[in-house]
Amino acid sequence: MNISLKMGTALAAIFALSAGASSAQELTVLIDNNPDTVAITDALTAAYSAANPGVTFEIELRPGGGEGDNIVKTRLATEEMTDIFSYNSGSLFQALKPTRTLEPLDDLPNLGNIIDSYLPTVTGTNGSVYGVPNKTAMGGGIFYNIAVYERLGLSVPKTWDEFMANNAAIAAAGDVAPVAQTYRDTWTSQLFVLADYFNVQAVEPNFAEEYTGNIAKYASTPAAMAGFQHLQDVYEAGYLNDDFGAATYPDGLRMVATGEAAHYPMLTFAVGAIQQNHPDQLNDVGFFAQPGDSADSNGLTIWMPNSYYIPRGSENADVAKDFLNFVATTEACDVITEAVGATGPYLINGCGLPGDVPKAVSDMLPYFQEAGRTAPALEFLSPVKGPALEQITVEVGSGIRDAASAAALYDQDVEKQAKQLGLPNW
Amino acid sequence: MRRRSPYPYWFIAPAGVIFTVLFLLPTAASFWFSLTRWDLFTSTYIGLENFRQFFSEPFLLKGLLNTIVYAVVTSGAKTILGLLLAVLLTSGIYAQGFLRTVVFFPVLVSTIGVGIAFGELMHPTRGAINVALAAIGIDGPGWLVTPSLALYSVALVDVWKGVGLATLIYIAGLASISPEYYEAARMDGATRRQQFWRVTVPLVRPATVTVVILSLIGGLRSFDIIWAMTRGGPGFSSDVLASVIYKQYQAGFYGLSTAGNVILFLLITLIVVPIFMYFNRREVEA
Repeated sequence: MNISLKMGTALAAIFALSAGASSAQELTVLIDNNPDTVAITDALTAAYSAANPGVTFEIELRPGGGEGDNIVKTRLATEEMTDIFSYNSGSLFQALKPTRTLEPLDDLPNLGNIIDSYLPTVTGTNGSVYGVPNKTAMGGGIFYNIAVYERLGLSVPKTWDEFMANNAAIAAAGDVAPVAQTYRDTWTSQLFVLADYFNVQAVEPNFAEEYTGNIAKYASTPAAMAGFQHLQDVYEAGYLNDDFGAATYPDGLRMVATGEAAHYPMLTFAVGAIQQNHPDQLNDVGFFAQPGDSADSNGLTIWMPNSYYIPRGSENADVAKDFLNFVATTEACDVITEAVGATGPYLINGCGLPGDVPKAVSDMLPYFQEAGRTAPALEFLSPVKGPALEQITVEVGSGIRDAASAAALYDQDVEKQAKQLGLPNW
Repeated sequence: MRRRSPYPYWFIAPAGVIFTVLFLLPTAASFWFSLTRWDLFTSTYIGLENFRQFFSEPFLLKGLLNTIVYAVVTSGAKTILGLLLAVLLTSGIYAQGFLRTVVFFPVLVSTIGVGIAFGELMHPTRGAINVALAAIGIDGPGWLVTPSLALYSVALVDVWKGVGLATLIYIAGLASISPEYYEAARMDGATRRQQFWRVTVPLVRPATVTVVILSLIGGLRSFDIIWAMTRGGPGFSSDVLASVIYKQYQAGFYGLSTAGNVILFLLITLIVVPIFMYFNRREVEA
């Protein structure tokens, strides 16, 4: 399907070129096929074309996940990349070898509009900035069904023990699955581990640094191993939906939106998909940060959004830069809000949110408003992330492997990534 | 004595150039890159480190074992079922031509499509297979989500899809057996069973060699159907060599995945060449 899609767009591009060889300038854009990304890119490019009538855009879609990583890397290496592309920030961005493959944006007039805390996630080893964020910041945590909570008289848990007590009450009540898991889409299995990072850094403030330096390990750091343990615990308690091995990400959203399941660990970008697939249940879904051991340090692990990048040597780099310059404005934020609604705080200074945001988003915003209640996920602090984590978490979450051996296996898995990046001390 | 070819060597030049550019050079290059840490931009020579890394992957041994199990199971089932179906479909039964088409049809369908369709059919709670089993009171297993079962479920679908080709080869093989052998056997009072074991099986040997070799190679390098149905999961339980290699490639470990391909190449050679020689020798002796 991918290939035919690409062929289609390639052909369309050829026809477009041969037809409109006049003064008009066409930029090609490669984005992932997530409906939100598509809607945002459509809206931003349309807004830019309206202000600059000479410029049109040809948008090409690619799959997400590992397959998408592969396409982006291969096209950068073979110099077949589009004029602009959207891709992750943080550790995945570093794996693109940005200093060699991407166009630096240090002279972008609106670069100063980007919030300081975002810049390190799109900065290469040489100190140059390469990307402009095209979405809002996200939280990783647990979606819950408000109707189920109200029916059983439960309150939002502040510790993992309270969370498990809620699960026990839900399981005792009968037909609602306490926790939805969707291991057919393996990436969804990582949440309990990755979204636990706020709790890890609360106990081990230097974990990210020591982890990059090959000193700290998941297997030998109890706080870090807790995420794997949580996965094992919910499986062993029998709290999962019956078809956890075959269910998909849309199934998980359906379960938590309709009350078939009470909880679904996920990133808050899912608000967009819930809005699209289950508009009537949008405000039945609430959100809380993944709780840790102590109620005193309850906070949210946050994910930085994807950026737009320009490949080095793009023929249309000047126009592409001007488009990215536009994306870094409050005007662009408003275009995004109009296209997909408000899904979280923007990373452009001065961008506000409308008053009526979905319930899950308004549950998330207080974490951002108080100091010390958010921490970036590990992948934005360390370039070391192993490719097999999602298979390992599926194993733990399905009772194939226990938490301790999973943590040890993951420590072994990240070694390859560290060596490939040429990090010192590995 | 070996007879000299009547054609001059430059006759092979066009094909030779294509073969060299498209096959020999990439093969040689892949042997080189398997010895490097390669990110598509630069490569650093690291000796046999990739091979050491590949063999120390904890899921690799599982993948290696799965590869062999998968190849033997699918190849064995295709050979036996293919022969039986071919005998049935050459016996002059009702609607023979139509039934041949039915058996061959799955071969023509896209593997990915088959994988996705069966992925739905084998869904543990709402899949058609388990719904049908539940209707007659059987609690169906989680075909693709039970670690011990996933690989065999995929193998089952692979056999369903591939048996048509084996049947076709066997039908051709059966057609080349002269009816006189069967006449002679019947004159000697051979039963149908004896005719099958004493006449059909030995004389259809060339077809058997083709089917075994093709399906074994196909099974050893099988990837698309496994990827479409389980992605090697749950966890690593249905990983085969090809899916392990693909995941390394996806992760950007290009040198490492090239080393995996070299290993796969050697493995297929080590398994298939002796089998090929064995069958050929037997054929000469027979």
